[in-house]
Amino acid sequence: MLEVKNLHAKIGEKEILKGIDLVINDGETHAIMGPNGSGKSTLSAVLVGNPLYEVTEGEAWFNGKNLLEMKPEDRAHEGLFLSFQYPVEIPGVSMTNFMKAAINEKRKYQGLEPMNAAEFLKLQREKRKIVELDSKLANRSVNEGFSGGEKKRNEIFQMAMLEPKLSILDETDSGLDVDAMRIVAEGVNKLQTPETSCIVITHYDRLLEMIRPQYVHVLYKGRIVKTGGPELAVQIQEHGYDWIKEEIGEE
Amino acid sequence: MSSEQQYIELYEQARQVIFDHAPEAMNAVRDEAFEDFRRQGFPSKKVERYKYTDMQKLFAPDYGVNLSRLQIPVDPYEAFRCDVPNLSTSLYFVVNDMFYKGEEELRSKELKNKELRSNFHPSLPEGVIVGSLRDYPELISKYYAHLAKTSEDTVTALNTMLAQDGMLVYVPKNVKVDRAIQVINILKATPSNAQRQVPDLMVNRRVLIILEEGAEIKMLFCDHAADDRHFLTTQIIEAYVGNNASLDLYCLEETHHKNVRVSNVYIDQGRDSRVNHNVITLHNGTTRNKLDLTFSGEGAECQCFGCVIADKQQHVDNNTLITHKVPHCTSNELYKYVLDDKAVGAFAGRVLVEHGAQKTSSQMTNQNLTATKEARMYTQPMLEIYADDVKCAHGSTVGQLNDAALFYMRQRGISLNEAKLLLQNAFINEVIDHMQLEPLRDRLHYLVEKRFRGELNKCDGCKLCK
Repeated sequence: MLEVKNLHAKIGEKEILKGIDLVINDGETHAIMGPNGSGKSTLSAVLVGNPLYEVTEGEAWFNGKNLLEMKPEDRAHEGLFLSFQYPVEIPGVSMTNFMKAAINEKRKYQGLEPMNAAEFLKLQREKRKIVELDSKLANRSVNEGFSGGEKKRNEIFQMAMLEPKLSILDETDSGLDVDAMRIVAEGVNKLQTPETSCIVITHYDRLLEMIRPQYVHVLYKGRIVKTGGPELAVQIQEHGYDWIKEEIGEE
Repeated sequence: MSSEQQYIELYEQARQVIFDHAPEAMNAVRDEAFEDFRRQGFPSKKVERYKYTDMQKLFAPDYGVNLSRLQIPVDPYEAFRCDVPNLSTSLYFVVNDMFYKGEEELRSKELKNKELRSNFHPSLPEGVIVGSLRDYPELISKYYAHLAKTSEDTVTALNTMLAQDGMLVYVPKNVKVDRAIQVINILKATPSNAQRQVPDLMVNRRVLIILEEGAEIKMLFCDHAADDRHFLTTQIIEAYVGNNASLDLYCLEETHHKNVRVSNVYIDQGRDSRVNHNVITLHNGTTRNKLDLTFSGEGAECQCFGCVIADKQQHVDNNTLITHKVPHCTSNELYKYVLDDKAVGAFAGRVLVEHGAQKTSSQMTNQNLTATKEARMYTQPMLEIYADDVKCAHGSTVGQLNDAALFYMRQRGISLNEAKLLLQNAFINEVIDHMQLEPLRDRLHYLVEKRFRGELNKCDGCKLCK
């Protein structure tokens, strides 16, 4: 699915990723944890092609295609999805128009006809149920006036609509209450298939108890310094990161 | 030679021709207008209200003026499909600056288009007049050129000294005209049988609107250029809005890059009257729109909306002055511009709250998107307040599309172009959505989207403009 080799990236003059190696196979769920400022969000931003970041070295391959040479929209069409840590408000663009544009551009990329209105509404209705999203939100502007929980559920709704192959959830649990987190986690689980994969970026193991990853990586100072199973998340929750810093020779 | 000299000479040489081909009531103020024009000359860019548009330059070229009122035939059937097709309006044409009566011409065309046949000059409620200024001398002498003071504006003076015809709209007391009046202003320099070289054309358009107490009307003016000449249009609209009367005014410009339009709109509002003033520029060359609106009676309200989309070398300057003379009036202005390529936009709005105009409520907003580094926007919101119990606000922004929003959309698979389009549309729709005339609003959504996609070179669906 995804193969990242020795990836370096900077924002402005500041180097943030200093050689990331990561392999994700079909059907796998990986968690990425790490202290603040270690580069987790940067990694997700670079993978989806945020123009604020510049890749200085390394490679990223997505289902055999060179990810770094593709425009952000084409990465999306190929099946890459990012659930934003801070979903952007877009005043004046309705959720429905936004989703319709997204779906139809993807279909165009795949050489398909645009979806007709009835089909689209039906799809939208079905997918909304997955995250228990209020249908009133469809007529509102994208994310405008949504509560924190609604914004995050709206991200998962979009994920359901677009059916990506690889989803990156960037701190989708932050700012959510227990119930909202359960809804989001259940939504993500429902969307998982043996052909799709998921990267979960989080600070807490609570989400990971619900979305069971096979692998947990610790990102620190722009490198993956430790990889383990789900038990690693529990250890971090109990002991913090100091013991890992010690292991790699820092205090 | 300064730009005004050719107009002074024209007037001195052709004064008799002008008088011979114009109604007496319009001639009555002509010499005075000429003196005012000669005295003032064209304003330099140092004059505050003309800072952003160079009048000297606009009026310098040599244009032909149709002083002996030669008829230029036009086929309204071709023009009709312009603009707002689904809007059921009462339809009128002004060809250059002449009110188009042409009933016989229309009949002889054996119009297949039922819609046009039933819309063209339909019967109006009793006492309502929509016609040529030439036919109503009493109303002209009572109202003409009173609001549009020739002593205070050169262009107004020039228009008044040269205008020979125009349009009169009169609505008697308590009469409501439900169906919107649509006026298609057609610019055309070429007579149909023209063998000779046709000159570029200057036209001096004039509109007088009189609403008696409690009268209501909606007016939509659509500007089109029917051939590819250079046009210079001066336009004066004077509107008297009586007590408790209501005027909706829409001015939609869809011309071309060789077109210069200088429009001065004067509105006087009586007690408890309501005015919606909307000005939309979709295609143009150089446009300067001035609005002078005065509250003379308490409790009146005006809403002013402006929508500008400009690219290439287009220039659009909106200049407004709203004078609160009396207490308890409300004014609201929202102007939005999207400027691409090397387009230049200007908005200068001034709200003047005079002594004693207490409880005034006034809001002025101008928001602008510049899509390129070469596009320029000048914005100047001004408040001048001489009363102490008022609520006034003004705000202005110039910016670019939100990068975070663009990227968010691209991540969802929406191409950069499409994302820009969605955002530009969203930006401009905010002002269009305020416009009251629903079919026009729907049409504008459509036209604006096509405009942004670059599919709309001039207006759409009209043989005339091709």
